[in-house]
Amino acid sequence: MALPGQTQLSHMEEFMEGIWKQNPVFVMVLGMCPTLAVSVSAVNSLSMGIATTFVLVCSTLLVSLIRKLVPKEVRIATYIVIIATFVTVVDYLIQAISLAVYDALGAFIQLIVVNCIILGRAEAHASKNPPLRTVVNALGMGLGFTLGLLSLGAVREIFGAGKLFGFSLFGPDFQPWVVMVLPPGGFFVLGAWLLLFNWLKNRKVDGALVKPLEGHTHA
Amino acid sequence: MTGKSRRIELRAAPHVKRGVNVETIMLHVVLALLPIAGFSVIQYGLSALALIMATTVSCLLSERLFSRLSGQGNTLADWSATITGLLLALTLPPSFPLWMAAVAGFAAIALGKVLFGGLGYNVFNPALVGRAFVQAAFPVAITTWAPAFFPGRFTGFIPTTFTMPLMTPPGLAEWLHQHVVDGFTGATPLARWKFENHVASAGDLLSGVATASAGETSALLILACGLYLAARKFMDWRIPVAVIGSAALVALAFHLVDPGRYPAPVFVLLSGGLMLGAVFMATDMATSPVTATGVWIYGAVIGVVTVMIRYFGGLTEGVMYAILIGNALVPLIDQYTQPRVFGARGRKA
Repeated sequence: MALPGQTQLSHMEEFMEGIWKQNPVFVMVLGMCPTLAVSVSAVNSLSMGIATTFVLVCSTLLVSLIRKLVPKEVRIATYIVIIATFVTVVDYLIQAISLAVYDALGAFIQLIVVNCIILGRAEAHASKNPPLRTVVNALGMGLGFTLGLLSLGAVREIFGAGKLFGFSLFGPDFQPWVVMVLPPGGFFVLGAWLLLFNWLKNRKVDGALVKPLEGHTHA
Repeated sequence: MTGKSRRIELRAAPHVKRGVNVETIMLHVVLALLPIAGFSVIQYGLSALALIMATTVSCLLSERLFSRLSGQGNTLADWSATITGLLLALTLPPSFPLWMAAVAGFAAIALGKVLFGGLGYNVFNPALVGRAFVQAAFPVAITTWAPAFFPGRFTGFIPTTFTMPLMTPPGLAEWLHQHVVDGFTGATPLARWKFENHVASAGDLLSGVATASAGETSALLILACGLYLAARKFMDWRIPVAVIGSAALVALAFHLVDPGRYPAPVFVLLSGGLMLGAVFMATDMATSPVTATGVWIYGAVIGVVTVMIRYFGGLTEGVMYAILIGNALVPLIDQYTQPRVFGARGRKA
């Protein structure tokens, strides 16, 4: 998001925001409820990620298009109506495509309405930016959320069932780690990913700090 | 840490009277654990030995890995990881597959200790965190028991010991049928009480012939080792006394109300991991309160929760969760049992 006085991001940078710098799961730690609840398998994670991305892109596009028409006082209500519309669309779509996935995701499809990533994007980005920029940003955010969910879902499925996307990895004798498909497992895996992400980020920051200092002393 | 001297000594520095540091205390705890570990090897043979080595090596390697990653230098010398490994093995069933034991050791150090900042900063007893992790991950393996003193224990392993990593351990039924006297049900005394209403005799429980985790069978031996630590003041004697005392009182109350349903306090005290937990795990210095009043409250909570879980919970044994709950309460207990500062007025202790 470009603040006044700041140089505007290119569309590529805008897209990468959600995937790396502002990743909804690993950096902003938003949308934890669906993240922890549905990430028991890679397929569930992927479906949830795609559903959220769809709602995110469509609703931010619409919010961006009407951003100059909506009075400030009723904007949140307007956003919710727009988001709820697309959630209903997704709800029926998933039911039509795969009833198994629909049952697995349960109430969490309807709960996309109150997903803070979507409302946050609508309020912080779509209401201030032109449609193309908003859609690019929303696509990045949606993809970042999907990647976050997938990285949790994959680890939990590998340990919890010995499978990945339903394909058996270790043969029939695999001992499932029951804890991984239970809520504590979700927290453990999320914690481990956050640890890894922060470690990588800190290493980058340290490297960036050390270099100019070295140059300074040599000069 | 424990001794409260009422005398005030006026002397110039140095004030150190006894060369006790973390390493010395930890080393003595290791020494006190060795007889218990040795007895479990006598009872369960090579499998118990392999189990003890697996958890200890796993704990030491994890500790080394994380101390290197965090740049803390070599923290193996303080013996704390060795204690965690030994204690962890003693709480596991002797037939526990070694790869699961290694997972437990890693979880104990990584989740129970390093995550909080290492020795002294951990909120929960690391060995119990490791055990809780594998209890949640592998509920079947951790409730599969082998009989004590089974024949051939020094010449061979229990078949589940060398399960391929990540694989399900084989069933023990056939092996038990071939090696063990008839009528072994594979149930611990607590399970037999809970599901069959059979109360094991105190003699069996004291001497350690009952089925149980590797190191919790002989109450006598655990008490003797605990007495040594308490006598050398390496351990706060109040904690085991409070745990055992409160468990006995609650058990007695239930027994008096309904003797047919609830066993005598002796059974409650001697069965399961109560002794091992009270003497070696509840007393962990980093995870128990520092105030004298607090220590009594802490011990009483553990004793009462243990009996409550055993009597009314779904699990047969509650010591592990009772101690973890006690650990979680420690900061609160410490805060409310602060002694009054000498000479200060107003707020009472």
